[in-house]
Amino acid sequence: MSFVKLSASALAITAVSAGSALARDNVQVAGSSTVLPYASIVAEAFGENFDFPTPVVESGGSSAGLARFCEGVGENTIDIANASRAIRPGEVEECAANGVTDIIEVRFGYDGIVFASQIDGPAFTAFEPADIFNALAPTVLVDGELVDNPYTMWSDFNPELPEAEILAFIPGTKHGTREVFEEQVVAAGCEATGAFEAMMASGMSEDDAEDACLAVRTDGRSVDIDGDYTETLARIDANPNGIGVFGLAFYENNTDKLKVATMSGVAPNTETIASGEYPVSRPLFFYIKGAHLDVIPGLKEYAEFFVSDAIAGPDGPLSNYGLVSDPELGSTQAMVAAEETMQ
Amino acid sequence: MTDAATDGLAAAPGKKKRSSLLELDARTKRRNAAEARFKAYGIIAITAGLCFLVGLVWAILSNGLPAFQQAVVKLDYTMTQEQFDEAEAAVLKTAVYTDQFVAYFSDRVREQGIEAEFDADTIERLLGKVGGTIRAFYRENPDHIGQPVAFELSAASRVDRYLKGTFDRGDVSGEGNRFFVPSDFDLVDTLQEAGFIAQVFNWNFITGVDSGVDNAGGAGIGASVLGSFLMMIVVLLLALPIGVAASIYLEEFAPKNWFTDFIEVNISNLAAVPSIVFGILGLAVFIQFAGMPQSAPLVGGLVLTLMTLPTIIISTRASLKSVPPSIRDAALGVGASKMQAVFHHVLPLAAPGILTGTIIGLAQALGETAPLLLIGMVGFIARYPDSFLGGFEGPNSAMPAQIYNWASRSDVVFTEKAWGGIIILLIFLVSMNLIAILLRRRFERRW
Repeated sequence: MSFVKLSASALAITAVSAGSALARDNVQVAGSSTVLPYASIVAEAFGENFDFPTPVVESGGSSAGLARFCEGVGENTIDIANASRAIRPGEVEECAANGVTDIIEVRFGYDGIVFASQIDGPAFTAFEPADIFNALAPTVLVDGELVDNPYTMWSDFNPELPEAEILAFIPGTKHGTREVFEEQVVAAGCEATGAFEAMMASGMSEDDAEDACLAVRTDGRSVDIDGDYTETLARIDANPNGIGVFGLAFYENNTDKLKVATMSGVAPNTETIASGEYPVSRPLFFYIKGAHLDVIPGLKEYAEFFVSDAIAGPDGPLSNYGLVSDPELGSTQAMVAAEETMQ
Repeated sequence: MTDAATDGLAAAPGKKKRSSLLELDARTKRRNAAEARFKAYGIIAITAGLCFLVGLVWAILSNGLPAFQQAVVKLDYTMTQEQFDEAEAAVLKTAVYTDQFVAYFSDRVREQGIEAEFDADTIERLLGKVGGTIRAFYRENPDHIGQPVAFELSAASRVDRYLKGTFDRGDVSGEGNRFFVPSDFDLVDTLQEAGFIAQVFNWNFITGVDSGVDNAGGAGIGASVLGSFLMMIVVLLLALPIGVAASIYLEEFAPKNWFTDFIEVNISNLAAVPSIVFGILGLAVFIQFAGMPQSAPLVGGLVLTLMTLPTIIISTRASLKSVPPSIRDAALGVGASKMQAVFHHVLPLAAPGILTGTIIGLAQALGETAPLLLIGMVGFIARYPDSFLGGFEGPNSAMPAQIYNWASRSDVVFTEKAWGGIIILLIFLVSMNLIAILLRRRFERRW
């Protein structure tokens, strides 16, 4: 019968430990997989430099992180959501409906988005947004007519580009990067090629034309990558003609495997992104749950530490990893210190 | 005699041919050929399987073994009280510790009369993130301040790769970048000759915790091994008693009616449910409804218990069934109650099968990542729990989650660590299976 006694006491121990599990002493973060590397650097340094335990940072995408953020207030919800895009009004409403009202929005820097290809592949060294649009849109403008995309080679529409099959690996729709890619490259290319005007002229409403601009072809030449950059890298490794979308930091860590293309004649690096010369970059955010500030030990210290000059400044470890420092970091620091919530 | 028989056969053409043991007829030949073919297919299948296995093991070992080696910077370092106070007063204390170490290291290298051009930035490029290690050491051992301490601190990930031969001069183009410039290779060579840089066994990989993406040298799998271990304890303590009790009742006591049939079918169905479903269930029930902590091995263990239960119940019932009814009858015949018959006679005989099933269930649970994704155990979780019991409810990762995490990082050294993590995970699995085999050998009864 000792077997029964043993299992009964085991159950009891488990129950007791579950009962006492109500005082969380660590900061809990979730969200964008683009922000995760930066957040892990900050979390490690925070654990090393403060007496608080190292925060826990999960990934899963901006939208998934914000959805968890908006689940409610309490120790079994997260304190901070990382996002590679700004929170949407719909998400703020969702938050408010669940009692998450005091949200502090913190922009801590910028991330450049680069187009890179296999180092031994064709010479993709210069792109314009129009090239990307012509390669990836389902309908393009050919001789003033909107037609289904006939192009199979990059050289079909731009003789300066190499004679290589079109194959692009772009971030999937759950990634914040996709939105930046659409807005700053595809939409820009749509306007630059005149396709947008042609769509408007063909009787589409402005909204419909904008949506049509952002569509990508579905014949297999554009591949959505729902995983992270390592998956894109693996695809590029296997396809010499492939072009992939990466974050600047990821590219800089893999310069021995990838070669980067300029966009509108500007090479991506931290200087050109900070100055705004390189056109494709996006702000990175994290959102703090105001109601948790006085409850979770170390939450405010973590936020202040994250945006401090020593971390997110131009000489800090985040910049060293590839973050483009925010020129307005000073006002962000003041905002976090004053716990200014979003209006 | 033989002739006569042959003549007889030839004389009667209409009669069925008599078969000879020495000479095979066409049909037997066909059957034998079919058998030979089937054997050949079997051998081919096994050979192919073995080839895959060899390939897999070779890939794992060749990619993973380097993770157990690490390039380190060796130095007898002395820190003064003033330096300690200065560092502790800063915001980013570890950066000050690093700067102080870099300055000291540069001086020692110059003292050795090494003819190479370098500055503080060069040295910092070659070092890993050393500040955290130094600070942790002096905070724990304040009496060592002012005395020389022999440090072995991790070198930068590119230095590590250079010493392992996966990164060489061809990989740095032109001027280089902020991580490495071509002249660094010469300096590394010189420092290695002078004994400042060396390759050592990477204990930190086995005992350490996860590290930030810019600190590939500091990452270890220790904390997640502990996380997996704690989860397995929860699974064992919950799934074994519940599973065994349920199967004993179903097998020995329950009446056979439509309701128990219904339960039986559902247990079999449950065994086939994808594990991610249990993850969603765990998130909804244990975390959101019951208010249990996120990222905790306790919740992970509960989720994996749900996943393991059907496996244990099915294997336990099978081993209870395999105990011959004569044992039960004999026990009942000498006056034992039903419960005594089951617990004193049937259960001990079924134990080896139950244990095997349990360990296989545990091994399956050990490798599970998907459900952990939803309850927050996949991510950057870099800490050891404060106490053993606290470990169940505090955040922790698990081995497969940690491996998955490392595999998606941009620095190649993390990929190597992911392979190294697979080796450790496999060692765990193989030893669990070994225990299962030993237990079966020890307790097995043949009828």
